[in-house]
Amino acid sequence: MKALQPRFLIPVAAFLVLATIFGVHLSEISGGKNISDLPSALIGKPAPALDLPPVEGNGPGLKSEQIRGKVALVNIWASWCPPCRLEHPVLMRLAREGVKLYGVNYKDRPEAALAFLAELGNPFQALGADQAGRTSIDWGVYGYPETFVVDKKGIVRYRHVGPIMPRDLDAKIYPLLKKLGAENG
Amino acid sequence: MIPEIGLFSLVLAFIVSCAQGVVPLVGAARGHQGMMEMARTSATAQFVLVLIAFAALMHSYVVSDFSVVNVATNSHTLKPMLYKISGVWGNHEGSMVLWVLILALFGLAVAVSGGNLPPGLRARVLAIQGLIGAGFLSFIIWTSNPFERLSPAPFEGNGLNPILQDPGLAFHPPFLYLGYVGFSMAFSFAVAALIEGRVDAAWARWVRPWTLAAWCALTVGIAMGSWWAYYELGWGGWWFWDPVENASFIPWLVGTALLHSAIVVEKRDALKSWTVLLAILAFSTSLLGTFLVRSGVLSSVHAFASDPERGVYILGLLVIVIGGSLTLYAVRAPQLKGGGLFAPISREGALVFNNLMLTTGAAVVTLGTLYPLILEAFGGGKVSVGAPFFNATFVPLMAPVLIACVAGAMMSWKRSDLKGVLGRLWAAFAAALIVTVAVALFMGIKNILAALGLGLAAWLVVGSAVELAERIALFRGSLSNSLRRAAGLPRSAWGMVIAHGALGLTVAGITASSAWQDEHIQHMRAGDRLSVGPYEVVFEGAGPVKGPNWDGIRGTFKVMRDGKLVTTLHPEKRDYPAERNQTTEAGIHYTAAGDLYTVLGERAEGGGWSTRIYFNPLVAWIWIGAVFMALGGLVSLTDRRHRVGAPRRAAVPAATATESA
Amino acid sequence: MRRAVFILIGLILAAPAVAVEPNEILKDPALEARARDISRELRCLVCQNQSIDDSNADLARDLRVIVRERLSAGDTDEQVFKYVVSRYGDFVLLRPPVKSSTLVLWGAPVGLLVLGIIGLAIWYRRREPPEKEDSLTEEERARLDALLKAEDGK
Repeated sequence: MKALQPRFLIPVAAFLVLATIFGVHLSEISGGKNISDLPSALIGKPAPALDLPPVEGNGPGLKSEQIRGKVALVNIWASWCPPCRLEHPVLMRLAREGVKLYGVNYKDRPEAALAFLAELGNPFQALGADQAGRTSIDWGVYGYPETFVVDKKGIVRYRHVGPIMPRDLDAKIYPLLKKLGAENG
Repeated sequence: MIPEIGLFSLVLAFIVSCAQGVVPLVGAARGHQGMMEMARTSATAQFVLVLIAFAALMHSYVVSDFSVVNVATNSHTLKPMLYKISGVWGNHEGSMVLWVLILALFGLAVAVSGGNLPPGLRARVLAIQGLIGAGFLSFIIWTSNPFERLSPAPFEGNGLNPILQDPGLAFHPPFLYLGYVGFSMAFSFAVAALIEGRVDAAWARWVRPWTLAAWCALTVGIAMGSWWAYYELGWGGWWFWDPVENASFIPWLVGTALLHSAIVVEKRDALKSWTVLLAILAFSTSLLGTFLVRSGVLSSVHAFASDPERGVYILGLLVIVIGGSLTLYAVRAPQLKGGGLFAPISREGALVFNNLMLTTGAAVVTLGTLYPLILEAFGGGKVSVGAPFFNATFVPLMAPVLIACVAGAMMSWKRSDLKGVLGRLWAAFAAALIVTVAVALFMGIKNILAALGLGLAAWLVVGSAVELAERIALFRGSLSNSLRRAAGLPRSAWGMVIAHGALGLTVAGITASSAWQDEHIQHMRAGDRLSVGPYEVVFEGAGPVKGPNWDGIRGTFKVMRDGKLVTTLHPEKRDYPAERNQTTEAGIHYTAAGDLYTVLGERAEGGGWSTRIYFNPLVAWIWIGAVFMALGGLVSLTDRRHRVGAPRRAAVPAATATESA
Repeated sequence: MRRAVFILIGLILAAPAVAVEPNEILKDPALEARARDISRELRCLVCQNQSIDDSNADLARDLRVIVRERLSAGDTDEQVFKYVVSRYGDFVLLRPPVKSSTLVLWGAPVGLLVLGIIGLAIWYRRREPPEKEDSLTEEERARLDALLKAEDGK
């Protein structure tokens, strides 16, 4: 009987590596990870410019200077987006706790947007209307809602795709806010 | 009542398959006739039981028994009967029952017709088949029970998706499964041979019919899916390198390599270890596809609503089946003794080359499909691998195969004369050259790649004809002599000629439709005319139209050629309010020279409509070629040799040999 | 949730897979051709496995318009790609960029082929002739010779 020849082990070895990768991936999915989530290309880079007109009848709009020098949460939302509705109470809670939120209203009718805020509350320090959707694209948004955490120096530190749920607050948002709050501007 | 019978049947089938998996293996190891025979009876019993379960599910769909969760989710009283039936496998649970049914079917086929197999081999083959069945039946019973009940039963079902109510889409899964699952038989043969420690010409001959049958079915299944995408999705796209499409293509590539490799084992007793590995890999890649579609690790338009728990179960099955067989391979394959020697330039050499290229192609597609997953696992960030990658890498890899295809078929075994072979192929070479040059001149030198593609197609078609002519000694003797030889030519030779020639048709179709699609996107008002391909298309306007369960807009295009009306096309946009679904139905005029393809878009501001009109040259040849490839395979399948079996040496009484010594 | 997935799949499947609208088409055919080629290389991020050229989604349309704007403004193809990638990351490219992390991928076709050829060459050289299973013993050889001589004598 010929001895075990190493090269014949290559197929099974390759397969086992693959199976392990699958296994790890499956456990991540079970743990709640969404395979469609993409990492933001902006992490670690300066936040893109904001120069948005106001949502008709509500304030002066949203400009970059307004988010400078503080830890800011920029939230892209629309009244026609059901997960945005789901997320709103969490945003209200953050606002009550003193977190500075800034809203980008994406391709929305002003009346609908204002009605939404009237009904569910307005957590935003400032609100801009992105009718053409260009600002959203500049921020690399693809799913609604999305929330960006920008630090005191104006660098994007985190992007959350989809609604922020209470468990995300404890898992990700609060620790991050604490860490960024301690940093120097 | 009937669903319960179905579930009970599945459980019984599971028990039988466990027995089928264990007893014959023990019997074969011990030479116990009775235990080995059990393989045949249990394989038959398993098929009957799974068939009962499948019939029970089918019955529930046909009578619209909405107390069964599966039926309630996926069917509807308003569905035409044809689609109620196809709804059985249009969902995860039902399709798994079809899966194990086909597994059991192949087991039954070997049990019934494998009379020429040595009992030990047959017992082992059926045992492995039984073990696989046991694994997947357990998967169904524990995670994907199609017979779960719902109480109280809803009045109406949920499954009226109009997209699934299409013959192409509804009926391509059975063909695909016959293919994927059919490769399980080659797998079982390979594992049985490894356990026995013997792979020989006889084994290759026994394996071939099952592999061929599976390959034919898979070819048809892939072609049907591709054709469906073409006529349903709207612009002439027929292959998107989507992960699930790739998951069906990879086993096809490996299966093609297997078919060709087995020839060498059969004729020359060589390439054994390679062929056994391919047999294991063909089914393994099918299983990989099953995993990818149902586990949710990859996102794809085709994926069933996926579930990581099921994914873990399937992964477990994969580790046992694939890991186990590959380990057995690692241990036993070195013992397989190599056979006939051959020179690099020989038919064996050409088949080895074919093996190498097809396997590399399969590996590249696999790597491309899984790379995002692999890279992310190693922390390399997220990268996406789409059609541009596959087109850039896979297509160039296939060109040498297509050239070798024709040349290799003409070579003799053991040692061949390359110059002689190429000399005999002068007609094919000339045809290829003429076509390439003509196309390049006619369509412009910037189309040189497309010209080469068509030249390659000519090479394949004429080359196959030359091969046939050689074998029947056409032009070298009397016509009656040639006809006689043609009548006596083995079916496998006919099959090869048909399949290789058909490949040429497909290559031509792919090249022409990719290179010279004539696309026109514009706003049109009633009365506008446009010249598309060889036709003049007149838009007559669009208006509302109503169907049984849909509202839509229908456009009218008059297709003229040389002033005469050829046909009228009616593309539509349909809205299915109950399902909240929209579909577009293209208006297509199919001809051998190409398809005229019309699509109605949105209403334009200021009147008129957005319209898309395409002329896709030779596109139908893609699927016609595929069908003929499958036909060639079928012809090959009916070869007498498969039914007769490998020749058996007459048993020489041991006494005489020792006597005279 | 499953229903939503199905509906989404249905919508995607039903959408005509070239989604360029007539009012998006640029007047300059050369620029339009470049725009189409570039669009075919960009992934639609809200769909599964479609390019922005194929997809009906809003985001796809916005990106198609942006691609055309940038081309009309004089950007080269690379600049347009860079514009989109700097916002969405490498994932938006359907053709994976050639980087250290993708060397294995891009190197695979040629690499595997070369490995295969080397492997074949080694295997070819190493092969032993098949064992002579039917070698004759001395006695049998003598008998054979005798028989053959007898044959020749006839």
